[in-house]
Amino acid sequence: MSLEKLQALAEKAQADFKEAIVESVIAFGELTLTVDRERIVEIMAKLKQAPYRFHQLIDVCGADYPKRALRFDVVYHLLSLTQNIRLRVKLQTDEVLPVPSIRSVYPNADWYEREAFDMYGMLFSNHPDLRRLLTDYGFQGHPLRKDFPMTGHVEVRYDEEQKRVIYEPVKLTQEYRKFDFLSPWEGAQYVLPGDEKAKV
Amino acid sequence: MGVIIPAGSAGRSSVEGYDPAVHDKFFEQVSAELDQKGFLVASADDVITWARTGSLMWMTFGLACCAVEMMQASMPRYDMERFGMAPRASPRQSDLMIVAGTLTNKMAPALRKVYDQMPDPRYVLSMGSCANGGGYYHYSYSVVRGCDRIVPVDVYVPGCPPSAEALLYGLLQLQKKIRRTGSIRR
Repeated sequence: MSLEKLQALAEKAQADFKEAIVESVIAFGELTLTVDRERIVEIMAKLKQAPYRFHQLIDVCGADYPKRALRFDVVYHLLSLTQNIRLRVKLQTDEVLPVPSIRSVYPNADWYEREAFDMYGMLFSNHPDLRRLLTDYGFQGHPLRKDFPMTGHVEVRYDEEQKRVIYEPVKLTQEYRKFDFLSPWEGAQYVLPGDEKAKV
Repeated sequence: MGVIIPAGSAGRSSVEGYDPAVHDKFFEQVSAELDQKGFLVASADDVITWARTGSLMWMTFGLACCAVEMMQASMPRYDMERFGMAPRASPRQSDLMIVAGTLTNKMAPALRKVYDQMPDPRYVLSMGSCANGGGYYHYSYSVVRGCDRIVPVDVYVPGCPPSAEALLYGLLQLQKKIRRTGSIRR
């Protein structure tokens, strides 16, 4: 994917969508457009048609920046096979602001948006069936949010008396492990186990 | 003897100085009993456990990448079928469940349901780190920290994933266990 092609695409998009594009960045040989949340359906519909011809939606994913006012990014990855170009479209949202669903443009966005909702709790308006997709039935919380604890809140166990699998608050029998990434050959700031004997 | 000849080959009895009826106490006894009486006597318990070890119908419960090694073990190279083990697709026809892979919270009730459908005597073999104790996903929000929280486990096979040989070794250990702790009721 040549840089000129991306630059041409970025300029064309700027000209077409004008103020709907908040930011346009080319980094690491990839073009990222940050767009207005309200106009995502219109933009996607146009990107799918000629002359852009991004016929494939590769993925819809999310990202969480807890310190930001609008903490979530929704990231759309597009591919044009006819032109051999990939495009990333981003927008910002938070827990309550709904993002218009692009299912009417790309039908496969249905499950991608359900997954994003499941993992981050971002809401998609006009989605026909916004349920959880991957996590357990009756799961509480959104696991890929930064404030979600890694071990979650519940764990399961088979109860011999009730004869069924029950949920209980997490009780870790083994502590978290602390990994030491310092190399002893590149100046670890502590005495290695066994070295205290060598000094005598 | 000096010459190594594969067991069961026709050449075995022709090895000079080797006669299985003389040199092996067990064979000597068995052949003597057969010669003199024409039948063998054993306790019913032993016969039943022997029969059980020889036909472990295992249920395919592949949950993750361990399942690939489980398939490997049942394929011609390692060939579990030579020990009388055959894969069954239904829990109602199987004696052994090989839990091969990561058991998630969402899957746990299903695993238990399937285990409950197996007829007695039933055995469970936990295959791989994830099934043994959560393994790589021990601290995860969605993974059961060991499938023994859901079903009673007979044999644990370590590894990530265990090789087909390791699984086969585990299965042989299970056969041993069945023979050792054999009882008609379980």
